[in-house]
Amino acid sequence: MATEMEITELRLGLPGGNSHMKEKKRVYSEITNSDQNSSNVNVNGDVYYMCQNKNEVVGWPPVCAYRKKNNFNGREGSKMYVKVSMDGVPFLRKVDLSTHKGYSELVMALEKLFDCYGIGEALEDADKSEYVPIYEDKDGDWMLVGDVPWEMFSESCKRLRIMKRSDAKVIGLGARDFLKGMSENK
Amino acid sequence: MAHSFPEQVLKHLFSFLASDKERNSVSLVCKSWYEIERRCRKSVFIGNCYSVSPEIMIKRFPEVRSVTLKGKPHFADFNLVPEGWGAYVEPWIIAMSRSYPLLEEIRLKRMVVSDESLELISTSFDNFKVLVLLSCEGFTTDGLAAIAANCRNLRELDLGESEVEDLSSDWLSHFPDSCTSLVSLNISCLGPEISFSDLERLIAHSPNLKTLRLSQAVPLEKLPDLLCHASQLVEFGTGAYSSEVRSDIFSNLEEAFSGCKRLEGLSGFWDVEAAYLPAIYPVCSRLTSLNLSYATIQSPDLDKLISQCHNLQRLWVLDYIEDTGLQALAASCKNLEELRVFPSDPFLPEPNVILTEQGLVAVSEGCPKLQTVLYFCRQMTNAALVTIARNRPNMIRFRLCVIEPRAPDYLTLEPLDAGFGAIVEQCKELRRLSLSGLLTDRVFEYIGTHAKKLEMLSIAFAGDSDMGLHHVLSGCESLRKLEIRDCPFGDEALLANAAKLETMRSLWMSSCSVSFGACKLLAQKLPKLNVEVIDEMGPPDMRPESSPVDKLYIYRTVAGPRFDMPGFVWTLNEDAKH
Repeated sequence: MATEMEITELRLGLPGGNSHMKEKKRVYSEITNSDQNSSNVNVNGDVYYMCQNKNEVVGWPPVCAYRKKNNFNGREGSKMYVKVSMDGVPFLRKVDLSTHKGYSELVMALEKLFDCYGIGEALEDADKSEYVPIYEDKDGDWMLVGDVPWEMFSESCKRLRIMKRSDAKVIGLGARDFLKGMSENK
Repeated sequence: MAHSFPEQVLKHLFSFLASDKERNSVSLVCKSWYEIERRCRKSVFIGNCYSVSPEIMIKRFPEVRSVTLKGKPHFADFNLVPEGWGAYVEPWIIAMSRSYPLLEEIRLKRMVVSDESLELISTSFDNFKVLVLLSCEGFTTDGLAAIAANCRNLRELDLGESEVEDLSSDWLSHFPDSCTSLVSLNISCLGPEISFSDLERLIAHSPNLKTLRLSQAVPLEKLPDLLCHASQLVEFGTGAYSSEVRSDIFSNLEEAFSGCKRLEGLSGFWDVEAAYLPAIYPVCSRLTSLNLSYATIQSPDLDKLISQCHNLQRLWVLDYIEDTGLQALAASCKNLEELRVFPSDPFLPEPNVILTEQGLVAVSEGCPKLQTVLYFCRQMTNAALVTIARNRPNMIRFRLCVIEPRAPDYLTLEPLDAGFGAIVEQCKELRRLSLSGLLTDRVFEYIGTHAKKLEMLSIAFAGDSDMGLHHVLSGCESLRKLEIRDCPFGDEALLANAAKLETMRSLWMSSCSVSFGACKLLAQKLPKLNVEVIDEMGPPDMRPESSPVDKLYIYRTVAGPRFDMPGFVWTLNEDAKH
């Protein structure tokens, strides 16, 4: 049974079928785990800096070092891109939290990104609005957007999700209780 | 026959020959044509700096005005060549400073250039005009200051994607006010500091400036000032394209761009603030080249911009364009010849954008002149590749990178052999090909059979056995450069096709299964090859001969083994010191 986390992930491949994605992942990690050469090779530190997985294959994908430096690592700390998913929408978007000074600016940007004007309501009354923006924080907990001061939020937000109240099976539950349930189901 | 034409006539005739290929052919006709040709050749291209020595070049061609040198193998771009491997330009500059006083142009790619070399260039050649340093390293802004100060007739200074150490931001001030010859300036790779006043002054006294590519340090607000001094620009690269959103800045910028009536190419766009994109709308319809590959902009801003560029011939963009954007591109840009789509975040395990095989298929359908493709994506099918091949038999360069190594056709789960097979079969003029995805020996059979004009092939995580490599080496008649990583190719195919290696510029193989013993054998059999083993785990002869080498670089040379190798490179020639 798919958890809430999985529903927010973008999948490729036939709907419902998960198996070949997992196969692909296994093959990749087989390569990385068995690639003894890369652990000893004295390559430019640039290759590893943005890798979450320490066993990433050296020089793959073949993006040249100059481009990597200027795109993905570039100005550390100045950009805070987080992924945003919205229920019912099959693609992910990204927002740079560092370009917004507060919740209202963020919400305006989100509404523009998804062409959906109703997210702002949630800031005023999360229990009644049709769209509920939530975010995953550093500890992996899902929280309601707007609860904590902006600086605290922008520093700990790992990703955003815009839930549709009608899709979330929360009959009778307030948004906060639902979130508690989500976090506990990890 | 040769006696019926005096030397002057032949020289004059030869002066119409543009390409090196043609001049090389002419020099093979007979001895006197060889002699006449060599004494009037003005431009030399050396694809591998270790294939020939400066002395040999100077002895054969005494009247050279322009030299182009390439150094490290292509895979150095992806950090596969360890630091210190070589490709030092210094010996070339020293030799040329003595023998080519009239030298005007030096173009280098993937070479190590020191400040001393730059200083020597700046003082040795009175009529020095063009310095192009693409993907080079080893120099600082001090070296650039010497070039600026001493090269009175400098026309072109292009620092490409080089790694330059920024010691001071005032190197630009070394250009004397009397220097008005600048036509092209590319400083896009430079760092966080620059003197705007020096830059502005330089641009103001360069009325012939056609190409200007700024560094990220130049802020958006400064662009109108710079552009008003350079409204004759044909190619322009912005700096950081963002600022606080203000209508006065916007209107100044828009006015400045409107004033550039000859603008055909735009690049830069680091850090884009989407609100400022409409400032370039006035020039969009004239643009033939647009490089947005550092711009993190998404639709609708991206689509709106591209849909106005009806005359676009070349587009470089991030995968934020998505399939929908590519469909729009296919509909509006019928003159498109080159498309490069780079990944915005390839290290994420899941995709962050919808960029699939569909986007590329759409462009192949809608753009009849499309001949050069570089495409990073996360899924591919044989059907899509077959369609692309059928749509675009005029394809010349096709580089596809499916990000996950060994990823199969995501619908059928089959290897992508049939798809790439269709590409090589239909695209008879194909000169460059990069493979990815799940591939068996079969794809190499197709390549060996059909890719007769293929000059450069890049292979990664592909094939089952030596037969794969054998098909390529025995079948690809025009092959010049072959680079392979992480493939199960070993000794057999290499040794069986050893002679082929002398007809190629170079072969790179890393993380394959070629044994040290085979490398030694190859070096013995073919003395005109340098067989270099790159292994940072220690001398390869400390291990059994059958153990595979980490990295192998083989290239033909008339200069013999090189002696500037670091400790982790072994040249397996009989007379080599190592």
